[in-house]
Amino acid sequence: MEMTVAEALIRCLEKENVEWVFGYPGGAILPVYDALYHSSQIRHVLVRHEQGAVHAADGYARVTGKVGVCMATSGPGATNLVTGIANAYMDSIPLVLFTGQVSTGQIGTDAFQEVDIFGITMPIVKHNYLVKDPQKLPAIVKNAFHIASTGRPGPVLIDLPRDVAESRISFKYPSTVRLRGYKPTYRGHPSKIHEIAELIRKSERPVIYAGGGILGANAAAELLQLAETISAPVTNTFMGLASFPGDHPLFLGMLGLHGTRYANMAVTECDLLIALGARFDDRVTMKIKAFAPKATVIHIDIDPAEIGKIVSVSVPLVGDVKLILKDLLPLLEKTDRSRWLARIAELKKQYPLTYDREGGLKPQYVIEKLCEFTRGEAVVATDVGQHQMWVAQYYRFKRPRTLVSSGGLGCMGFGLPAAVGACLGSRGQPVILVTGDGSIQMTMQELGTMMEQELPIKILILNNHTLGMVRQLQEFYCEGRYMSVNFRFHPDFVRLAEAYGIPAYTITSEEEVLSLLPAALAEPGPALVNCLVPREENVSPMVLAGRGIDEAIDCS
Amino acid sequence: MKHTLSVLVENSPGVLTRVAGLFARRGFNIDSLAVGRTEKHDVSRMTIVVEGDHRYIEQVTKQLHKLVDVIKISDITTEEYVDRELVMIKVAAEPSQRVEIMHIAGIFRARAVDLGRKTMTFECTGNEGKINAFEESLRPYGIKELVRTGKVAMLRGTRFSGVDSGASKEMKEE
Repeated sequence: MEMTVAEALIRCLEKENVEWVFGYPGGAILPVYDALYHSSQIRHVLVRHEQGAVHAADGYARVTGKVGVCMATSGPGATNLVTGIANAYMDSIPLVLFTGQVSTGQIGTDAFQEVDIFGITMPIVKHNYLVKDPQKLPAIVKNAFHIASTGRPGPVLIDLPRDVAESRISFKYPSTVRLRGYKPTYRGHPSKIHEIAELIRKSERPVIYAGGGILGANAAAELLQLAETISAPVTNTFMGLASFPGDHPLFLGMLGLHGTRYANMAVTECDLLIALGARFDDRVTMKIKAFAPKATVIHIDIDPAEIGKIVSVSVPLVGDVKLILKDLLPLLEKTDRSRWLARIAELKKQYPLTYDREGGLKPQYVIEKLCEFTRGEAVVATDVGQHQMWVAQYYRFKRPRTLVSSGGLGCMGFGLPAAVGACLGSRGQPVILVTGDGSIQMTMQELGTMMEQELPIKILILNNHTLGMVRQLQEFYCEGRYMSVNFRFHPDFVRLAEAYGIPAYTITSEEEVLSLLPAALAEPGPALVNCLVPREENVSPMVLAGRGIDEAIDCS
Repeated sequence: MKHTLSVLVENSPGVLTRVAGLFARRGFNIDSLAVGRTEKHDVSRMTIVVEGDHRYIEQVTKQLHKLVDVIKISDITTEEYVDRELVMIKVAAEPSQRVEIMHIAGIFRARAVDLGRKTMTFECTGNEGKINAFEESLRPYGIKELVRTGKVAMLRGTRFSGVDSGASKEMKEE
């Protein structure tokens, strides 16, 4: 059937079962929006800034496991996506992004709204395309969805010049993908799987170190089964949180820089470290020499390049962690490790995760209560900073894909737009955004998108009138010289919310948490809660730079 | 140790930028890089020389593998292979010195490709060592200009590292 490339593109999206597209129109992408006008299947979310579009697509992808789709025009539209693309790349989130481009004849002439987004995004995409041959568009879209969602997921960008979008082709969506340079390995090597089973059998003190790869592979059930079968405690990376039930007796919480001390001590004392879909990030390992010094390391990952990148491992295994665990589990027998688990219990007792309730309304208390009121079952989006770490420490996630947060890039401003995408993706489940007074102001224009889409997002601002995480760094590394972290002006967040028609509350005490937080959560639509918390509160524990994870200090 | 990687890539726009950019941002150093078309119109071959220990080369190779446009990588360092570089050298040569310089060129089987009033230009092919030696031999006369290609390499005998041959893109696990 003959149609324009723009129309073909929309047909491709329909074939990929895309339900939501997040975007912002403009000149160069005009033909695509014109084609979108006629689609009855695809709904478009008009954001307030392109960064909001890519973060929203990202949030949608995180909760659904599907590919998030995003559109923007050429030039500034495209460059506004860059931060969000880098964010998705760092956290391995599947996205397909379309950018308009000036006509092929104008490329390279510094035309109006021309930037080389193909070149700009090359280091932060899994793959990208500049479409020059109209005939190739359907195959390119097919490839893009395949590349984005398989292997180690990631963002794929398609740059579409306007004249290409307007040219006519006969449309046929390919049924297969032909990519001779892209063939991820899924099945783990059987001999390695036997070797791993043997190491687990021999181990006295195993620890499972599970990262975002568990969520990417939808392997939470297999992880739980592995932990319970071999009686091994589980620690999560930040990206791995929600892949293991937060209230499970084998759960150690997060490890690393702001991890629980008992998780860090368990890793330090273990004789076998089973790394599943984790990449030994510097915020996890801290001083590498002091990381799991007594352990034999098993590293299972879909990305061969992650294996041996930071630490040398005893048993490397490339493949899909779900398939590998399914092959491994039948080889393992139920093991009793009461001595090791007794030691873990001792560590938990010796180094509990605590904070001082005195001295004002503590942010940790707010998160604890939020977890209690939502039974750990809400989808929680966060921004980046202290509040994010308090969520990681005190919100006990029960279900996979319920934490939506920027891990690798640490991207402030991610929270609100990501919550928009997460809310659309989670079909009416409560979505809570925990943010800070710094982060929210980076992308708060998306309150407009949230209201337009009638999304019942509950926004909790842990407002300490400072950039708390940077302040904490300055306290420890700059001898308390607080430079450019304290806000001398804030809008009245309650009145700001009210300007958008959002019911808003201010909470200043524990009593108000108990009365007003449930009220806000019970609102049928959105709500905003401005929690006034002390400026001086630190994220604790903390491992200082250059130290091992066994040397965490209490800095509350 | 210097490693010679023979890399088959899609002959698509931006592929050189992808490879070069990857080396730059991962902090890998390229010793030399030569790229050109192969017997297949849609496939190019890059011959990349990289210096580093085993772990470093492994990381380079694995990162290269992640590029969708990279079809196949062979580390041919320990294989039997033929390799060549091409150099063109413009050397200062008074008419009285020409015979002497021609004699040196003859030893290296270099050919004179241009003659100026006070210069001579030679082309020479060979492996890196030979090219280096030729350059050093001409240095005393005064090298005015020098241009050198990267190394290209090919396996000896009936063995070849083509798209469909033997060891595929998947890296062997240690």
